[in-house]
Amino acid sequence: MTHHAEPPAGDVATATDPAGGPSSPGGRDRRTRAAGSSTTPAAETRRLIRRQRRSRWDLKLSPYLYISPFFILFGLLGLYPLLYTGYLAFFDWNRAYYVRGDFVGLDNFRFVLTDPVFIKSLVNTFSIFLMSSVPQVILAVSIAALLDRNLRAKTFWRMSVLLPFVVAPTAAVLIFGSLFADQYGLINQFLESIGLQPILWHVDRWWSHLAISGMVNWRWTGYNTLIFLAAMQAVPRELYESAAIDGAGRVRQFLSVTLPMIRPTMIFVIITSTIGGLQIFTEPRLFDNTPNREGGPDHQYMTSTLYIYVKGIEDQFYGRASAAAWVLFLIIVGIAILNFAITRLLTRRSA
Amino acid sequence: MRTRTRFSDRPGFLVYGLLGAFVIGSALPLYWSFVIGSHTKGEADNFPPPILPGGHFLENAQRVLDTVDFWQAMLNSIIVSTVCAVSVVFFSTLAGYAFAKLKFRGSNALMAFVVLTMAVPVQLAMVPLFILMRDYGLLDTLAAVALPTLVTAFGVFFMRQYLLDAVPDELIEAARVDGCTQIRTFWTVALPAARPAAAILFLFTFMQVWTDYMWPLVALQKTETLQIALDRLALTGQGQTTDYALVLAGTAMATIPLLLLFVLAGRQLVAGIMQGAVKG
Repeated sequence: MTHHAEPPAGDVATATDPAGGPSSPGGRDRRTRAAGSSTTPAAETRRLIRRQRRSRWDLKLSPYLYISPFFILFGLLGLYPLLYTGYLAFFDWNRAYYVRGDFVGLDNFRFVLTDPVFIKSLVNTFSIFLMSSVPQVILAVSIAALLDRNLRAKTFWRMSVLLPFVVAPTAAVLIFGSLFADQYGLINQFLESIGLQPILWHVDRWWSHLAISGMVNWRWTGYNTLIFLAAMQAVPRELYESAAIDGAGRVRQFLSVTLPMIRPTMIFVIITSTIGGLQIFTEPRLFDNTPNREGGPDHQYMTSTLYIYVKGIEDQFYGRASAAAWVLFLIIVGIAILNFAITRLLTRRSA
Repeated sequence: MRTRTRFSDRPGFLVYGLLGAFVIGSALPLYWSFVIGSHTKGEADNFPPPILPGGHFLENAQRVLDTVDFWQAMLNSIIVSTVCAVSVVFFSTLAGYAFAKLKFRGSNALMAFVVLTMAVPVQLAMVPLFILMRDYGLLDTLAAVALPTLVTAFGVFFMRQYLLDAVPDELIEAARVDGCTQIRTFWTVALPAARPAAAILFLFTFMQVWTDYMWPLVALQKTETLQIALDRLALTGQGQTTDYALVLAGTAMATIPLLLLFVLAGRQLVAGIMQGAVKG
């Protein structure tokens, strides 16, 4: 970071510029004076050349200097661990704390892919992901369409839909846990009071997924609503006017003007919610009130990220956890690409 | 034929009704936590449940303070979130400025790399990160919690998008003609222009680190952030019947700081999400 320490006098490259004569304003005169004017012409030329060279380096190197903190830190704490995951996955660590075991090739992958618990966690991950992303996108687009109308108190409404976003997932799952408790939970007490059977939210696999997606939806719908709203506001209003002149009603306008116009945003939201949705961890971990907390007594709602945590951090099977992480990573990338393709196809057709 | 355009007509009662229902639905769980958190354990278990806040919040809060080291946890959360937010804002502005305004070889490829890494689920690397922290003796320290979020690809992307329009090229040229070094130009031209986006990025990063549960769970053992303290509170609250008055008082206490932030800076948060969306 030597550049920072240097006095800002270096830039005489600009002094060769016709605009940069001695008459140029303010700071530079001061600096020239500070550099001392008592030198011989030869020394002066040498100094100028030196400065010029320094300024050329300043121009060339500065950009790299500015981006380097990001790349260095990301490399050390993002990229390197990710690659290291690949390395870990090919060795047998078998709880040997500091000692690397034998190279075992694809054994860890074989173990993970034939582990019924991992397969179950994958199914759970998908189920929870679908239950949370599909209704969420539909609801968010609908609410955004309402917010896109010429409302009074716009800011109030926009802020209101974002409220759940400031509640940490940890707090959200504890709040919802009290609503979804099997015994004495608000929802079950209500069901019983109207003569229905209580639902075993923590036991029945699909009901537990529904409860968990409920919390996820609660926290994220407003956030995505605002993203959709931003996209809708960018749609030129003339399009609606001409659609109205053509006799299109509101619903028709929404389907044939709004939806095609927000396609890029739709793709963006779907891809980001795929990446996030397939890594759900906090909710299934804390929804469990059995001591193990491995996503239910029978892993009914254990997600794959939770599997990686349990295997890798709690049980210290580094190899298996890393193999699981890679499998999940490849699935996430695959789904994201698939989503991209499908969304493109669908929205293009409707356009 | 319609004579009124889309602009002039105010939406009807139905639109406000639907929006109102959605907003009330969104706010109810939060309200519920304050209601239950302010009643005694006995009252909280009643059915039908209390629907108005009770007068026992301070009592429950005291029980929370007796159960977990709440203030220490909050202090830890404040420290970690602030450090990460400051670091992300500073380095992202620096890198974002370089990508948006300076010409250098490889800038397009490097920016593409940044965008690509936004899609990479870094959390999946928790095992090697854990090993890394352990090998450097950082487990159970706040440093371990903060390290992985000192920079984010999203931050660089966000600042770049903002600075593309916020700083006119002529201004940078003018600064250079005036003899400014690159870093001085950054300091005097780019940094002031970046302020609104920097505030938003600060908010987001702060919230992201504050609400994170998984990484602190991996990196910490005895030390606690707020989310870990909540987790422990929930565990102790579980008896034969869960002590929801205690647990929900805790969640309310943990949510209040962000709620305050929301009241103070919700506008910027909304603007930030909408801005990121249009440009993203």
